[in-house]
Amino acid sequence: MPRVPVAEGVFTWPSDAPRLIGSRCTRCGNHMFPVQSGCPKCTGDSTETIELGRRGTLWTWTVQGFPPKAPPYAGDTDPKTFRAFGVGYVELPGEVKIEARLTEADPNKLRIGMEMELVIVPLCTDDDGNEVVTFAFAPVETGAQT
Amino acid sequence: MSIDVAIVGIGMHEFGRTEGVSGMDQGVIAVRRACADAGVGWEDMQFAFGGSMAAGAADTMVSLLGLTGLQFINVANGCATGGSALFSAYNTIRSGVFDLGLAVGFDKHERGAFRVNTKGAGLGDWYGASGLALTTQFFGMKINRYMHEHGITQDTLGKVAAKAFRNGSLNPMAWRRKPISEQEILDSPMLSYPLTQYMFCNPGEGGVALILCRADKAHLYTDKPVYLRAAVVRSRRFGSFEVLAPSIALEHNAGPTVDASKAAFEMAGIGPDEIDLAQLQDTEAGAEVMHMAENGFCEHGAQEWMIQAGDTEIGGRFPINTDGGCLANGEPIGASGLRQVYENVLQLRGDAGARQVPNDPQVAYTHVYGAPGISGVTILSR
Repeated sequence: MPRVPVAEGVFTWPSDAPRLIGSRCTRCGNHMFPVQSGCPKCTGDSTETIELGRRGTLWTWTVQGFPPKAPPYAGDTDPKTFRAFGVGYVELPGEVKIEARLTEADPNKLRIGMEMELVIVPLCTDDDGNEVVTFAFAPVETGAQT
Repeated sequence: MSIDVAIVGIGMHEFGRTEGVSGMDQGVIAVRRACADAGVGWEDMQFAFGGSMAAGAADTMVSLLGLTGLQFINVANGCATGGSALFSAYNTIRSGVFDLGLAVGFDKHERGAFRVNTKGAGLGDWYGASGLALTTQFFGMKINRYMHEHGITQDTLGKVAAKAFRNGSLNPMAWRRKPISEQEILDSPMLSYPLTQYMFCNPGEGGVALILCRADKAHLYTDKPVYLRAAVVRSRRFGSFEVLAPSIALEHNAGPTVDASKAAFEMAGIGPDEIDLAQLQDTEAGAEVMHMAENGFCEHGAQEWMIQAGDTEIGGRFPINTDGGCLANGEPIGASGLRQVYENVLQLRGDAGARQVPNDPQVAYTHVYGAPGISGVTILSR
């Protein structure tokens, strides 16, 4: 099944080692995600597009325990088959904290400060039969695969 | 010298679910009740500020209340819609433009967690599609980090929610009027770790209207005027951790609540130790805990022993959310911030009935918080 990204310009795709695409302020060096034209730190109006780091530490997390409403959610919303998923902020050193799905949803296996790595995960199947993928972070200890 | 402002009339439509009554109609009922409370007619109203998030443009209610030609301005400012309407009405009187006017908020939301309009919030479609556009996730993540840093326990979150439902049971206008035990709260389904179902408020319905006037004319309408000493709204600064944020900066900023609180205390010329009771945004149990410190009422982490000691109960040292807060009243966005002010007016008048704070409270505080990182604070005094 062809794999297509949930949106263009959010992460590099296709790629064996995908990276999130963000911005850096050309005036103060502030990092942003996703791409944006202005800087919330220094009010500068000039940014350049960059690829962000793939590894970081878990800053905080929760577990999405009920099916989100669709729209906007594109994934499984059937209460019978819905599977809880983790959500967290991962701090990319020297860059920015990224909000993302986590591949781990067990509170006993998530802890603030743990090493995380960017991965691409299936989200749903679109009308053309493509597998739609989005980004997530996986604990490094559990053998993240890209 | 600016003009002092008094609240001379308050009106509310019951919060909760009212089948067959539109959000707009609930706003109209609140306005009529506020007029009756102040002993004025709609035709006496010189101006109005009003808003809702999901129940229509407030200014269209003139076709039900009367086409008097008054200046009516719609306010749309997310979760601070009611607070912004009040801020606008306050400053309209302070500046001397008008003597008597209205702030009104109402809403009627669909069941379940808020459906976020990602485009309207300036977010890409991928954000909602990927399962990230839920305000509930933010609250879970903020309190999880806070508990990690400041030693707040889940048991304390259960106590906060149990207090809300207990206070709600004393409030005839509340949605949830049945006490729920701490154990039942802790054992309810985990919606967004570490927050369970009964630790979250629900989007709901309701309306609140407040009539304001120049303080020197307050005696014309009431023998129990309550004075608005400060009304402040603040948005987020760089580095604050807010709802619906695809990324946040490495730098830390304390957030809009801290800014709004400081500005309000400065405006009123009083300090946190002079406040007798407070209504603090409790979208979920953890929010009340964090907002105690963010509003300057305690050090971070002190909430754990304060709540365990019962300090925030109606009869405690510092009562919080005496009407049951968002947890017991639900959250009709446009009306929610004004409900807090309504409750404080009742408390300062001594008219809060079974949930009256004892010992004649003199000064009361409200704080509303919401998307996309906005806080509104008021300080009221006798």
